[in-house]
Amino acid sequence: MKTVQVFGPGCARCKQTEQLVRIALKDLELEAEVVKVSDYQAMAAAGVMATPAVAIDGAIKASGRIPTLAEIKGWLKE
Amino acid sequence: MNKSNRCDCNQPVATTPANRPVNWSRTLLLGAGLLVTWGLVYWQLEPFARWLTTSVFGLSLESSLGSAVAFFIYDTPKVLLLLTLIVFGVGVLRSFFTASRTRTILAGKREFVGNILAGLLGIVTPFCSCSAVPLFIGFVTAGVPLGVTFSFLIAAPMINEVAVVLLLGLFGWQVAALYVGTGLMIAILAGWVIGRLRMERHVEAWVYQAQMGESQEERLTWPGRIRFGWNSVREIVGKVWPYVLVGIAVGAAIHGWVPQDFMASIMGKAAWWSVPVAVLIGIPMYSNAAGIIPIVQALLEKGAALGTTLAFMMAVIGLSLPETIILRRVLKPRLIAVFIGVVGFGILLVGYLFNLVM
Repeated sequence: MKTVQVFGPGCARCKQTEQLVRIALKDLELEAEVVKVSDYQAMAAAGVMATPAVAIDGAIKASGRIPTLAEIKGWLKE
Repeated sequence: MNKSNRCDCNQPVATTPANRPVNWSRTLLLGAGLLVTWGLVYWQLEPFARWLTTSVFGLSLESSLGSAVAFFIYDTPKVLLLLTLIVFGVGVLRSFFTASRTRTILAGKREFVGNILAGLLGIVTPFCSCSAVPLFIGFVTAGVPLGVTFSFLIAAPMINEVAVVLLLGLFGWQVAALYVGTGLMIAILAGWVIGRLRMERHVEAWVYQAQMGESQEERLTWPGRIRFGWNSVREIVGKVWPYVLVGIAVGAAIHGWVPQDFMASIMGKAAWWSVPVAVLIGIPMYSNAAGIIPIVQALLEKGAALGTTLAFMMAVIGLSLPETIILRRVLKPRLIAVFIGVVGFGILLVGYLFNLVM
């Protein structure tokens, strides 16, 4: 099972990103652990400087923007 | 603390990397065609507004209503056209800069030179006040001097393309250039002063202990950059157009009806205390650049001094309370106070300077 991390301090764009991840998982009928990371130290440790950011199994896929649904699906299918 | 929503971002929502091959000649032709159309429409706006007001609506340009209507019909499409073009251009430009690339450029730079670079990069690097904290940590742990980091954090929100376009469209290039020039100056000097004050121990201790991981960068291709620009237009113009409309409507009403020099007695050059009052009122106020323009428009048009008005605008969009609250996570109160104090003082000087020379 994949782990999807959504990095963000809780801003509107971060919530939107998390929602998109959940929609993507539902559409693809995949199970994954979705973790919201709002701790700044944890963000730093992951190398995130711009939020929202998305990481799948620890690898940052996008940072500083809300990815598109299609993009997220692509990462989940990898 | 409500941390949500209140962030001003100049990053587009999504930038899907386009994997399809590009037909360059078609793209360039299309771009050139769009640019020519833009130019033709832009140059025809004024005669069109006059024609519509006088011939179609049958209003005299000398009357209050007529001049207000002509002003509105001319200014609305003008500002929206300028906004589209410049936001697109800045969007494409921004796709070349990322926070991590900017950090690499600034790391280990000497003070002053570093402050200048940071101010300039603050203008072009995509920035979101909500991610001010991770950015701060990233900069400081990578060895970007504290003062240089502040130059970046001051320039990034204060000098943004929406503010510049609105000033350009409504008050001419001189006012826009003044705003950018003095905003940059404040960012450079305030950052430099904060650096000289050696305030490193007023940064929360955990920041320096944070382990910053390797940042990965996305590679963008040219189609990706064009899409980045286009997404900027969709997002920024999509968000600010109602403000622009209201702003111009207010401006038009004032243009037509409010007597000239209405504001001169309270906010004119003669009232020396108006600059500090404008800054003090502006700091806790929070608005994006588009929202503040109607007020600026109203003030300037009716005799408020340029310096006082610019100082007010800078205080509102450059020093925002939400961003300060966010930064409190990494800065101790004294450094927050120094930050607001130094930037506020810079804005004050700019206000007086312009009132003096203009």
